Amino acid sequence: MITVGIDCGNQNTKAIMVIDGKIMNKASVVTEFDGKIAAEKVYTMVLANTSVKRDDVHAIVTTGAGRDMVDFSNASINEVSSAARGSRFINADANLVIDLGAEGCRAMRLNRDGRVKNYEVNDKCASGAGTFIETMARALQIKTEDMGDYSLRHKKDLAMNAQCVVFSESEVISLIHQQETVEDIAHGIHVGICNRISSLIRRVGIVDGIMLIGGPGYNKGLVQSLQDVLGKDIAVAEDSEFVSAVGAAVYAVNLV
Amino acid sequence: MIANYGFEDGSGSYYIAIDTDNCTDCKERGCLESCQNKVFEMVLNDWDDEVAIIKEDYCNQLKSICAGCKPLIDRPELLPCEKACSFRSIVHTW
Amino acid sequence: MTMSNVEKVEYWRWGESNWKNPNISDCSGSLITAGVDIGSTSTQAVILADGELYAYSSIRTGSNSPNSAIDAMKWAMDGTGLSLEDLRYTVGTGYGRVNVPFADKSVTEISCHARGANMIYGPSLRTILDMGGQDCKAIHCNEVGRVTSFMMNDKCAAGTGRGMEVIANLLSVHVEDIGKMSFMIDEEPPPVSSVCVIFAKTEATNLMRAGWSKEKVLAAYCHAMALRVARLLERNGMEEDFAITGGIAKNIGVVRRIERILGVRALETEMDQQIAGALGAATIANEKITNWWRRKK
Repeated sequence: MITVGIDCGNQNTKAIMVIDGKIMNKASVVTEFDGKIAAEKVYTMVLANTSVKRDDVHAIVTTGAGRDMVDFSNASINEVSSAARGSRFINADANLVIDLGAEGCRAMRLNRDGRVKNYEVNDKCASGAGTFIETMARALQIKTEDMGDYSLRHKKDLAMNAQCVVFSESEVISLIHQQETVEDIAHGIHVGICNRISSLIRRVGIVDGIMLIGGPGYNKGLVQSLQDVLGKDIAVAEDSEFVSAVGAAVYAVNLV
Repeated sequence: MIANYGFEDGSGSYYIAIDTDNCTDCKERGCLESCQNKVFEMVLNDWDDEVAIIKEDYCNQLKSICAGCKPLIDRPELLPCEKACSFRSIVHTW
Repeated sequence: MTMSNVEKVEYWRWGESNWKNPNISDCSGSLITAGVDIGSTSTQAVILADGELYAYSSIRTGSNSPNSAIDAMKWAMDGTGLSLEDLRYTVGTGYGRVNVPFADKSVTEISCHARGANMIYGPSLRTILDMGGQDCKAIHCNEVGRVTSFMMNDKCAAGTGRGMEVIANLLSVHVEDIGKMSFMIDEEPPPVSSVCVIFAKTEATNLMRAGWSKEKVLAAYCHAMALRVARLLERNGMEEDFAITGGIAKNIGVVRRIERILGVRALETEMDQQIAGALGAATIANEKITNWWRRKK
């Protein structure tokens, strides 16, 4: 049984191939301006380097913001469903899933059977999404991937006042002029976004078994700050940005 | 005068409205202690009357600061600060 | 770390200006009062002679706000023969807790704005929308310019000059040109995302790629911004007469669309709409000193 899940995100399009219940291959491309082309490209990539041909794939399910733009899939499911399924598949203890994407954040509580009990979404303000961290990394003139390491080496707590991407960018620049270190500023940035997304999380209710998924899950500094803000341990997947695609691929099994 | 303290962004509008005309007649200042996060304080306004305001540094984070009092399930009919004001001058707009 | 951010062309700031009342040639013997409004991005100084508007200036706020206050006042005084010592009473205002060093009193910007707008637009004014460099305010006032309610947003860039900067920089268009360019279109396009200027910017980029002209993208962006501020206004209560102050008041692309959405015409003025705060401050200064004199007699 071979299924493929494609997560058509605003920034990146991710694909996962599941064969007989095991994750076999993964691929990711930048979505750029045409989600359909990105989905086609990533589908080709996830098949490459495997012996699987297009005709061998039993079902393809899409998810993510651009899920309905793809014409070669069998079905689409929304991001909350795919995040929930993918999280439980990878982590049997996941009860509260925080999906932090490039342009939005979703918090969902899962029942014992893995179904979504309740959820809250914020996809209306960029300061509570991955874009925020990327933009601030640019202002700090460091790579997004390095934000975590810098922030873990912070020496003091800097409170960031600005709550908007546009204003925060200026605040970061003025903090640099004030001779604050990149480490301390990076940490302040993480604490800021964690405070903002914590309101989303508190609305669904904080419990044990928290998992953070999405690209920002790779950011160890962010994960630490979120643990500090919520006062709970947070699990992340090794392939954090692919969890929703996994969920879509796992769901696809039902269609066959 | 209805002073709305808070902010709005793409996700919504998060203001605490305070009718400061009643503050001059208020003796208890119940709002100050009612909030676990101590968002209220008394200041002299432009006309030299003592009125309640939301602390300046808190305004842009009210959504997350007040989240603790607003669970999805079992949200009280009147929030602690709304209840504490004997004039019912405090109203959360979300 | 390079200073390239400072050197790059700033498309979104209005030019600096000063103005002197041509009808007042000699103010010796007049009671001189003043107001200074230190904003996050621009600073205005207003001088009244016996309560009448005598001179004003608008400059960019530098890195040192107290210096900006002094610079703005000096420029307003340019050609008048006045100096700081001639000011009988000065009221300072502005965002946060900024200090005008030579002010006799500080008054909140909300109160000053309402007062100033009442002076500019008259006693029929009830609703003011102020769109500044980094904040957006909806103010409701009575016939003498006293605030009855207000709602301010300085958390989110939508509805502020910084929000306009996002599109100005993307398209390399100066803010002075945005308004008229946004009407050089055949048909009003649908708005871009009105929830966040960052998302709107992504949409604008995609629209440019899809072949939209700059004018069309600007129309869509101004429409989105107008939708956002109209929501703030309606939440605080919209009542005529209505006026717009602050930098974005000069952007007809946003102003006309707000009027269209609300179904209300905004009052117009020949004066620089950015001086409302400082004018209100100066008016309050004038009242304070004349009341004090009256009480002394």
